[in-house]
Amino acid sequence: MSTEFHNLQELRHSVSVATKVFIQRDYSQGTTCRFQTKFPSELDSRIERTLLEDTVKTLNSYYAEAEKMGGQSYMEGCLACATAYLIFLCMETRYEKMLKKISGYIQEQNEKIYAPRGLLLTDPIERGMRVIEVSVFEDRGSSGSSHSSSVSSGGISQR
Amino acid sequence: MLQLGVAEPMRECEYSQISTRSSTPMETPYKKRTPKKRKWQAFPGRNKFYCNGRIMMARQTGVFYLTLVLILITSGLFFTFDCPFLSVQLTPAIPVIGGVLFVFVLGTLFRTSFSDPGVLPRATPDEAADLERQIDVANGSSSGYRPPPRTKEVVINGQTVKLKYCFTCKIFRPPRASHCSLCDNCVERFDHHCPWVGNCVGKRNYRFFYMFILSLSFLTIFIFAFVITHVILRSHRQGFLNALKDTPASVLEVVVCFFSVWSIVGLSGFHTYLISSNQTTNEDIKGSWSSKRGKDNYNPYSHGNIFTNCCAALCGPLPPSLIDRRGFVQSDTPQPTPPTNGITMYGSTQSQSHMCVQDQCIQSTKFVLQAAATPLMQSEPVILTDEASLPGRTSLGGPCSGALPLGGQPTPPTSTPNLSCDNGMLPTRNDHSEAHHHFLTPEEAPSPPGMLPCGSPLGHSHTIQGFYNPASQDSLHEDSVRGLVKLSSV
Repeated sequence: MSTEFHNLQELRHSVSVATKVFIQRDYSQGTTCRFQTKFPSELDSRIERTLLEDTVKTLNSYYAEAEKMGGQSYMEGCLACATAYLIFLCMETRYEKMLKKISGYIQEQNEKIYAPRGLLLTDPIERGMRVIEVSVFEDRGSSGSSHSSSVSSGGISQR
Repeated sequence: MLQLGVAEPMRECEYSQISTRSSTPMETPYKKRTPKKRKWQAFPGRNKFYCNGRIMMARQTGVFYLTLVLILITSGLFFTFDCPFLSVQLTPAIPVIGGVLFVFVLGTLFRTSFSDPGVLPRATPDEAADLERQIDVANGSSSGYRPPPRTKEVVINGQTVKLKYCFTCKIFRPPRASHCSLCDNCVERFDHHCPWVGNCVGKRNYRFFYMFILSLSFLTIFIFAFVITHVILRSHRQGFLNALKDTPASVLEVVVCFFSVWSIVGLSGFHTYLISSNQTTNEDIKGSWSSKRGKDNYNPYSHGNIFTNCCAALCGPLPPSLIDRRGFVQSDTPQPTPPTNGITMYGSTQSQSHMCVQDQCIQSTKFVLQAAATPLMQSEPVILTDEASLPGRTSLGGPCSGALPLGGQPTPPTSTPNLSCDNGMLPTRNDHSEAHHHFLTPEEAPSPPGMLPCGSPLGHSHTIQGFYNPASQDSLHEDSVRGLVKLSSV
């Protein structure tokens, strides 16, 4: 676990040298936050379709839950209005709680599924909820700064 | 001195202090000394920030202060001159209700004015490049300096909606988003830019704006009604003119309220209609969903009934801010298009702007090395840069006066130019007025700088390369200079 985490940290720091694939937003159901489940062709050789599609579908469901307009969100809205929004000094909004859950989920997915394949998902909130950025790390072979090769072999890479 | 040291590897140990082979030990002490910048200080839009990023407003705030002054003075006069009389004569509930309304008005006003309306952060260079590639593929040829306006069509709930490409923010705007030219930001669910509150009204602050104008209408009507009651009650006892002499403030209050009532109550009514039909001011003015445009034209965002629309607009979940004003700028994360208000930023090198004297000495040394190495480096980009658009790369950076840098990199003589081939995360400067740049800002010409034809900058580089030919023929000299460049590019 710590080995993989170490590799994730290195992946994060070396994001600037990766190529990137972007999964865009899907606006067919309005302005609610949804990402396209269409599989990008550039990742064909890197990861199985079903894995990425599952990740995106799960993220979509989390976002839908965050933006759901039901009894709980109305109550939260009315309570906030009644307390002149001071209640948010003590309490997190439902949306913020869901966002934390989402970033935890992405971290977990990165560690388990994407980092071993030389990929890295960036949380959409860091990109203004426009895209899911998938960083693809090239296999550098025997070059000094080969992070992806160390990731794929599971060993600790050294700078 | 330094040149000799690097050319002879045996002498490396003598120069280990300045050796930049391993960048980490050098960077850590710098990071401890340089104060980290917060993201609001690097924000590219035309906004003003106060309280270390907690408060966000538009640039022109004069009218906001006028609004504040009018509300404070009118309410102040009411509480000072009218309320004592009324609370005695009628009921003490009057100042209490007035007080509650007053506090509510101010609270919602501040909330509207100071919060982020739903600004969309600008695209990172990678995203922008990816979109450009997709658009080029879609358009076919990338010829000409004025490509057709970029739109994408999407079907939302059966209605075709056109998404426009924003040249400033380099994104396809989500539906209902619009670019505010006053604040120079794309705002989600853009309603309008309100000078009275000194901010845009968008997705995140629309409910506060609505509650502000609603409560202000109530307050205005309240004050108007009770000031008139006050004057009437007094004039029963003393006569009209004597009553006016006793309470001169009431005259001012009545005048202010009379003129405000029409506009504010009218505005509240208009926004009530907009909320119930789930439209924005922008859409209503353009007639986007009006039946006049076509029989099948309807609003795809409406939930169907008035009650649901109102609840959604006023009590729905409040999305968090996407721009993270108070976060710290990471020096290794890609930076979006830099600010238009004159702050110079160079993406990954911005943390170096706070360097101490020793670092400046090193920087100036690097500057000299890069200056010496530039003509040789120009031979490489001629081969590498085949495509027209390379927003992230500075292949031709440097103080050479004739060179037009690809991708719009400015090279002011006082700061360190970036020959960093390793970190290509330099932002594309769109909006600046450097004398030696020949392309227009995106507002003037829709084509981003990267779309300029390949011919002209490379043509320049050819002439300069020709000028320096004698130097490039000396391979030993070339090697040592390349070594210097590698040293300086860390």
